[in-house]
Amino acid sequence: MEIRLEIFFIILGAALVTFIPRVLPLMLLSRISIPDWGMRWLSFVPIAVMAALVAQELFVTDGRFTGLSTNVELIAALPSFWVAVKTRSLLGTVVTGILALMLLRLLF
Amino acid sequence: MKPEFIQQESPANGRLQQDALEVPEGNDTFLQGVKDCLPTLLGYLSIGFAAGVVEKTAGLSIAEIAMISIILYAGSAQFIAAGMIAAGSSASSIIITILLVNLRHLLLSAAISPYFRHLNPLRNLLIGSLLTDETFGVAIQKSASRKRISEKWMHGLNITAYLNWFLANIAGAFLGQWISSPEKWGLDFALPAMFIGLLVLTVMARRKYLLDITVGFIAVIVAVLVSILWSPSMGVIAAALIASTIGMVIEQWK
Repeated sequence: MEIRLEIFFIILGAALVTFIPRVLPLMLLSRISIPDWGMRWLSFVPIAVMAALVAQELFVTDGRFTGLSTNVELIAALPSFWVAVKTRSLLGTVVTGILALMLLRLLF
Repeated sequence: MKPEFIQQESPANGRLQQDALEVPEGNDTFLQGVKDCLPTLLGYLSIGFAAGVVEKTAGLSIAEIAMISIILYAGSAQFIAAGMIAAGSSASSIIITILLVNLRHLLLSAAISPYFRHLNPLRNLLIGSLLTDETFGVAIQKSASRKRISEKWMHGLNITAYLNWFLANIAGAFLGQWISSPEKWGLDFALPAMFIGLLVLTVMARRKYLLDITVGFIAVIVAVLVSILWSPSMGVIAAALIASTIGMVIEQWK
């Protein structure tokens, strides 16, 4: 139950660079108004970011393209997508993904 | 006499009326924020739990896991930190990677800022400090029918999610002591599955299927290409900038 000095500084630094982007736009943009096209642009950002994160997890390993034929994560993603669309449940999606990958790794 | 009496009381009365306007049907209370957070709790409980297990198996102590979930409080960043610490990466490269991945919060924070114009910068700082993909998602759905979001409601939502995350991490950390490889249990898939769920829920709530799916596909292609040709941490940023711009331009044309 101790905190190593190096880990302490890694966490502190990571927390700081996470905190600033979280609060800065809220603090500044509430003072000035965003034009219509700006709001429209912002409305696409969460979708683009989440799609990019999913793509990286599924198709990129250590900076290289993950082969499609051996990609169990990609196969596990299919039932996750299906459950997400059918149930609209975050929990259902996560549990399905974890179980699917666990089974796939057990089989292959 | 009576109108005069009201006149005298008008400052307090005005404030009362304004409060009444801001709290329609008792829908914007702290407690309502807590309630609106409930549907997401189990999902994040499982992700936080997986994060705790992964952090523990990466060699972090319980105290370090408590610290990271309290002051960093970001799922993707915590998975990345655990992986990079286990791989022996330098402190500076870990912090830079997390900075880039979490730059998306700039965009979430900016997207939600119009609904908090009624608050001063310090109060906005408190709202933003606990902003996550999850609380953003719930708040954006709440904002669909209104011009502003209640501060108390947002704190109820944020603080509930925060406590849930901390407890899930600690529970995962304790169980992680007995799990040698989280991959065997598929736990490393908690993060991508969470993003799949959030993505699908967001697209379905917006009902702009064709446009959103187009933007999503462009983001996928840009993210993969930039990650392979340049660096994975730039992939997310490039995808966000390019795909959102294309989405905006297409919507403008229509």
